[in-house]
Amino acid sequence: MKTENQRAWFFVLPVLFLVAFNALVPIMTVVNYSVQETFGNNVFFWQGLDWFEQILRSDRFRAALGRQFLFTFLILIIEIPLGIVVALSMPRKGMWVPVCLVTMALPMLIPWNVVGSMWNIFTLPNIGLLGYFMNDVLGVNYDMTQQPVSAWITIVVMDVWHWTSLVVLLSYAGLVSIPDPYYQAAKIDGASPWKVFRYIQLPKMKTVLTIAILLRFMDSFNIYTEPFVLTGGGPGNSTTLLSIDLVKIALGQFDLGPAAAMSLIYFAITLLVSWLFYTLMTKDDAQ
Amino acid sequence: MKKRSLIPILYIAFLMLPIYWLVAMSFKTTQEILGGFSLFPQTFTLENYRVIFTDPSWYWGYINSIIYVSLNTVISVTVALPAAYAFSRYRFLGDKQLFFWLLTNRMAPAAVFALPFFQLYSSVGLFDTYLAVALAHALFNVPLAVWILEGFMGGVPKELDETAYVDGYSFPRFFVTIFLPTIKAGVGVAAFFAFMFSWVELLLAKTLTAVEAKPIAATMTKTASSAGYELGLLAAAGTLTIIPGAIVIYFVRNYIAKGFAMGRV
Repeated sequence: MKTENQRAWFFVLPVLFLVAFNALVPIMTVVNYSVQETFGNNVFFWQGLDWFEQILRSDRFRAALGRQFLFTFLILIIEIPLGIVVALSMPRKGMWVPVCLVTMALPMLIPWNVVGSMWNIFTLPNIGLLGYFMNDVLGVNYDMTQQPVSAWITIVVMDVWHWTSLVVLLSYAGLVSIPDPYYQAAKIDGASPWKVFRYIQLPKMKTVLTIAILLRFMDSFNIYTEPFVLTGGGPGNSTTLLSIDLVKIALGQFDLGPAAAMSLIYFAITLLVSWLFYTLMTKDDAQ
Repeated sequence: MKKRSLIPILYIAFLMLPIYWLVAMSFKTTQEILGGFSLFPQTFTLENYRVIFTDPSWYWGYINSIIYVSLNTVISVTVALPAAYAFSRYRFLGDKQLFFWLLTNRMAPAAVFALPFFQLYSSVGLFDTYLAVALAHALFNVPLAVWILEGFMGGVPKELDETAYVDGYSFPRFFVTIFLPTIKAGVGVAAFFAFMFSWVELLLAKTLTAVEAKPIAATMTKTASSAGYELGLLAAAGTLTIIPGAIVIYFVRNYIAKGFAMGRV
């Protein structure tokens, strides 16, 4: 067991200073802006909770929030099952294991703006591989810059391309930790592949899948660069997710008050949903 | 060949297609790209790469990125090591709350911090320095590094520490000569994650820099919008950003699966 030792705080101090400097000062700046109005020259007026009310009532925020939840929902229901299926069918040993792992991890190490540019080049009608294939070979009318549906399909497929490997690698790590005797016992009992998955593999993957779902939720909810580079939030506002809208208000229009209020609401929603996921998924362990 | 191996093969093919297209584009001339569709480069050219390697505003982008990413990796892992040791070995007042608070920072949308970071780092005179970007990225990397290292350290039995003290090791000597080598896979994985996030992040890196420390990603977005349609150049620059990531993955290939599970399997 761990021993009680208050001096352990000294070990934590460097992290504490670094994170406090980086988190507390900016968060307090945001809180300050969120309750005040300014007309420049560092003159501020108390505004109370007006900005919060304005944001929560605005159709623009609600629409962006709705799109954000739709996006996160879509990528979760695609990436989690797909990742598990790929992990289940991967080889457990042999020379192909490192090859699979390295090639699968590659998309995650490409800078996010390059991911956006890459998919832009890939989907250009008539010039890009996918754009050419859809328009000139299949005869489907596909143009991301004109049709909201094409734009949505593209950002979802792009995210699946970018991040499914995270689910694969996590599930795979869970799978290889299952000792062989488990499978042998299942074989003797004549268990079907589904039963093996349901009663041996899935329980062993539970911890890592919890991490995968949490990370994918947080990162997809906070996504900015890739859809911004790819679609710029368009056509129209059809792919303007929360972060894109926030940066538009804060750095584009420089409406600091509403932007700050929106930041805090945004952060609160991320924390709340992460916490909900986490408690729901770990509920059984506590019993 | 077994039928089951078809799924990973198809999946990897799906992953490689856009990357192939990026690399193929980088060897094409602008006329060929705009002239129509071609699966392979017809007039193979290295011109796009020549431009990048001879123009300082391009290649300094790569150097800047690599400097702040390395700085960030060193800072993140160094401060996370003692903290992770404390969390994995001791109970102390507020430990659980502190751990949770650290993780909440990992959940923060980067867009929320863009403007306040700009003001904070401008006011302390760090704007447009490598240190500013490295410290800003540390907000997201340190919590993750602590989490990963704590996972790996938790797998080391406590008897190791006790035996070392009985043998007369001081704490610093024990930590550096015995404990660190034991968890070197964890250190590698934590460094890998710090590298990964700092290398791929653009919003904060772009907000905190202007000229001196400007990352390659920012140079690229500027080219994409200002220089018209230089797709070949953009593709070449993109291809070059994949290389450092590929090298780093190669080094951690044996720990990659366990690493992504944060040492918790």
